[in-house]
Amino acid sequence: MTVAHDPDAKFQGYAHPEVLVTAQWLAQHIHDSDLVVVESDEDVLLYEVGHIPTAVKIDWHTDLNDQITRDYVDAQGFQALMQRSGISRDTTVVIYGDKSNWWAAYALWVFKLFGHEDVRLLDGAREAWTSAGFALTRDETAVIESSYPLVERDDKTLRAFRDDVLAHFGNPILDIRSPQEYSGERTHMPDYPQEGALRAGHIPSAVSVPWARAVNADQTFKTREELTAIYEGEKGLKPSEDVIAYCRIGERSSHSWFVLKYLLGFDNVRNYDGSWTEWGSLVGVPIVKGDEPGLAPAPR
Amino acid sequence: MTVSETALELQGDFKAATIKDRLNLLLEFSENLPTLPARYADHPDLLERVEECQSPIYLFVEVQDERVHLFFSAPPEAPTTRGFASILHELLDDEPAAEVLAVDDDFADTLGLAEAVSPLRLRGMRAMLFRIKRQVREKVSE
Repeated sequence: MTVAHDPDAKFQGYAHPEVLVTAQWLAQHIHDSDLVVVESDEDVLLYEVGHIPTAVKIDWHTDLNDQITRDYVDAQGFQALMQRSGISRDTTVVIYGDKSNWWAAYALWVFKLFGHEDVRLLDGAREAWTSAGFALTRDETAVIESSYPLVERDDKTLRAFRDDVLAHFGNPILDIRSPQEYSGERTHMPDYPQEGALRAGHIPSAVSVPWARAVNADQTFKTREELTAIYEGEKGLKPSEDVIAYCRIGERSSHSWFVLKYLLGFDNVRNYDGSWTEWGSLVGVPIVKGDEPGLAPAPR
Repeated sequence: MTVSETALELQGDFKAATIKDRLNLLLEFSENLPTLPARYADHPDLLERVEECQSPIYLFVEVQDERVHLFFSAPPEAPTTRGFASILHELLDDEPAAEVLAVDDDFADTLGLAEAVSPLRLRGMRAMLFRIKRQVREKVSE
């Protein structure tokens, strides 16, 4: 039994209006038995400071990543995480978080690697809830452990590895990092630590659209028309093309991936989660410095 | 209590707690981070930014009569960073400069927080300690 979609007028313009909910809609549905609210933040303590009533916490670092291998949890790990979060295979999951939903979008992307069907984001992120006048709580959420099937992670459809990127040259690549990271002035976004890569610049031929261009000042997504103007008008990406998006570790690019896939309806968008921390340290791969995309080398 | 005694006590408190309670303890520290006195609140230019932290935090170190005084500024939406700062405040504030300089650079890794918040996030606390010690060193030699 699927929980009804939010009929909000702005959402109807998107290719998949069902992937977003407003704070008002969420407030009316937090007690639905088929729905689980998930908070996923950059700051690991923010949930403890206060969360949306009934929300459970899923942390990108300690819950979604494998603690040994640089990879996501496997089928068993995801099953265990879902069960302790009270999520069944047919549960509607609404995710929200800090920083305009970066980590929420990243969590959503991981849910999609495991093919969880109904996952939505709270438009406007954590901020939307409090701005709408709703209270956060520190009450511990009582979770009824669920049963979740063992589902193999699909690493082909929505995820790109470095070899996929090398083979992809000639097709569009989207770099969603800051202009300074793109040009090679920095290996990390401004105001963040310089870390994680031995070379600075971007993947040849990648066009630059910093992720934040997709959101308004209040962290809500821009309208379909505004997003179309940026990605398709200004950058010439086409919904029928095969696109790979990347950033530093794949979190901000999950946000842009979400925009292309669900709001603009691109058929085939993959997130390269190895991103710059991998590409910028790989031996023998081409990079480009400066503000221009540069030419795509021959695919290999 | 000496700085090394406080360090042992902090390590004991954190390590005795379950992973979940370590987060709650960190939250308590975060809430008890002293507010910035007016002389710094009005002069943010005097504060040093800790770039290694995920969230913005600024710190300032005073050394008076060989004793160290620490001041931090971090927003409420960055509770982890505030918690790290507050632990260092508890450990180092109003302590002799020589003892502050003698604190183990790996102190952040001794609290058992890596399991609770991830080693990546702990880097911020290491960086804060590094910058505090550097400022103390500069001020002692002035």
